[in-house]
Amino acid sequence: MKKKLAKGNTLQASIRRWGLLFLGPVVAAFVIGFVWPFVQGIYLSFCQFKLVSDATFIGFNNYIKAFQDVTFTHAFWYTALFAITSLIIINVLAFAVAYALTQSIKGSNLFRTVFFMPNLIGGIVLGYIWSMIFDGILGRMNTSILLESRYGFWGLIILMCWQQIGYMMIIYIAGLQAVPEDMIEAARIDGATKVQTLFRVTIPNVMPSITICMFLSLTNGFKLFDQNLALTAGQPFIIQPDGSTIKTTEMLALNIYNTFYTANSSSQGVAQAKAVIFFILVAGLGLAQLGYTRKKEVQQ
Amino acid sequence: MTNQADVDTWQDYCLDLKDAAITKELNTDAYELFAADGKLASIGYCYECYGIIVNPDLLETAGYSVDEIKGFDTLKQVAEDIHARAGELGFDAFTSSDMDSSSNWRFTGHLVNAAYFYESRDDGGWPVCPPSIKGTYMDNYKALYDLCINNSTVAPTELANGGHDAQNEFKSGKAVFYVNGSWEYEAIKDSVPNATMIPYYCGVAGEEKAGLNCGTGSYWSINAKASEADQQATMDFMVWCVTDPEASRMLVDTFGVMPYTQSAESTNGFLAAADRYTTDGCYNMEWVTNYQPNVDEYRAGVVSAMNQYNADQSDANWELVRTAYVEGWAIQYQAVNG
Repeated sequence: MKKKLAKGNTLQASIRRWGLLFLGPVVAAFVIGFVWPFVQGIYLSFCQFKLVSDATFIGFNNYIKAFQDVTFTHAFWYTALFAITSLIIINVLAFAVAYALTQSIKGSNLFRTVFFMPNLIGGIVLGYIWSMIFDGILGRMNTSILLESRYGFWGLIILMCWQQIGYMMIIYIAGLQAVPEDMIEAARIDGATKVQTLFRVTIPNVMPSITICMFLSLTNGFKLFDQNLALTAGQPFIIQPDGSTIKTTEMLALNIYNTFYTANSSSQGVAQAKAVIFFILVAGLGLAQLGYTRKKEVQQ
Repeated sequence: MTNQADVDTWQDYCLDLKDAAITKELNTDAYELFAADGKLASIGYCYECYGIIVNPDLLETAGYSVDEIKGFDTLKQVAEDIHARAGELGFDAFTSSDMDSSSNWRFTGHLVNAAYFYESRDDGGWPVCPPSIKGTYMDNYKALYDLCINNSTVAPTELANGGHDAQNEFKSGKAVFYVNGSWEYEAIKDSVPNATMIPYYCGVAGEEKAGLNCGTGSYWSINAKASEADQQATMDFMVWCVTDPEASRMLVDTFGVMPYTQSAESTNGFLAAADRYTTDGCYNMEWVTNYQPNVDEYRAGVVSAMNQYNADQSDANWELVRTAYVEGWAIQYQAVNG
């Protein structure tokens, strides 16, 4: 007995001794690749700079300018509208497809693969491909996705659905397969209809999947950049009589990018401040949504 | 560096090149950019020209010659006639004018120089970027732009998202005119060996004396905050580039003309055309376009307006284009300097 305990202690002691060494590479990579750039990013949002190695501290000025920028507020509301619309459509369709493909349909494995595949194509490529598809159709009506902001909005929704539904579907399929068969059987014996079984038994049991899928599609919607850049790049603009422009389909990330590359001496700092605001926003919304849907999860 | 705006942005980092080894090699002071404190911040390493590239052989097939085109009226007459007979001739007047990012700069950056240049000439030249412009010659720009899009291989309504290949249309003899610059010469010379270039004729009085748009968007600077050894090495490399026969040959063939005493001679047919215009006493249309403030944002606004106009060439839509160019200038100037 004593011997065993001693052995356990040696093991624990050596984990304590060598643990840091094994953790080392991961911690180092995390610090170099995430923590340090993140901290530096926050610092730079309080600076005026052209090169990150040569920055001057200027306090809250960048944040004041960021909040005064009307294009930033426009991009925020546009992004919010996009994120919510895409969240609803993607999740409803992904769940429907997953539900259909768990009903022992012939060839469901093939369908799952096919639906998942769009997710393997990069955003920029997708944006250009879909701009050609949309303009191939809209061109027949003598218009273009770049000419009407509602085309740009729904075009981006279609693109994102096409890309994301397959991914969310896989998560929902995993969730659906984990619903205990005996629960479904019990519901059937108790005389529940298919619809009742779906809403009263299945959906409450896949809440963990719904939580994660909603989190992913909400944050994806807010962080969207490459698809936005490649599909419309903010066009069409409203050219105001004073010569200023409102980029009707510009989302937050693209707005930050465009701010960064404005030639003004303070634009890099303002873009950095916007990026920090952006981070707080996405993190806050994501956590709020997680907290809300988690409450609805049931214990099996 | 590309222009004065770059120098304004990076002037703290620019070494003063006054009396530097590389500056002594220059054969002209036309391509020097100065910082606000008066130091020589940047010097051009090559210059180029742009205008309307012409295929003289096709023009002859259509019954015209390059020498006949001496102003906007003749250009318009020739282009419209060729476009009307495109089916019978087998080629059209202008190549496509795509508005995607790979091509729109030919119109939002280069062609519009016609309007900027004449306005700046009226003002006695622009030594620095003006805070606003008047757009006096926007109608002339419109006339030339309309000619390009309405007498072309591709209908104006199909330009927004691009996907056409203007260079290839020109090389394969599908069009006579191609709006572009001297850097295209290497790619074109084998397919269209007689290709030459004519000025942006847009209906301005006295334009029969116009030459090509010669200038540069290619400048060298040395980082003043780098170590002295690195600065010296950069200087030595630059001097080697413009004095070594083999190195300067390669650079000249790639970039255009290098304004240095010991550099190789240019073999570029379009730059030779530019020289002929100068020899004939024509005025150079300087690259005033380089002053476009906050250039990417400015042009993005213009492109969006031009897309609306291409889809429907109404006066209201042209007003958007004019606003994006003229009022947009002041807004972007403010965005940079505000």
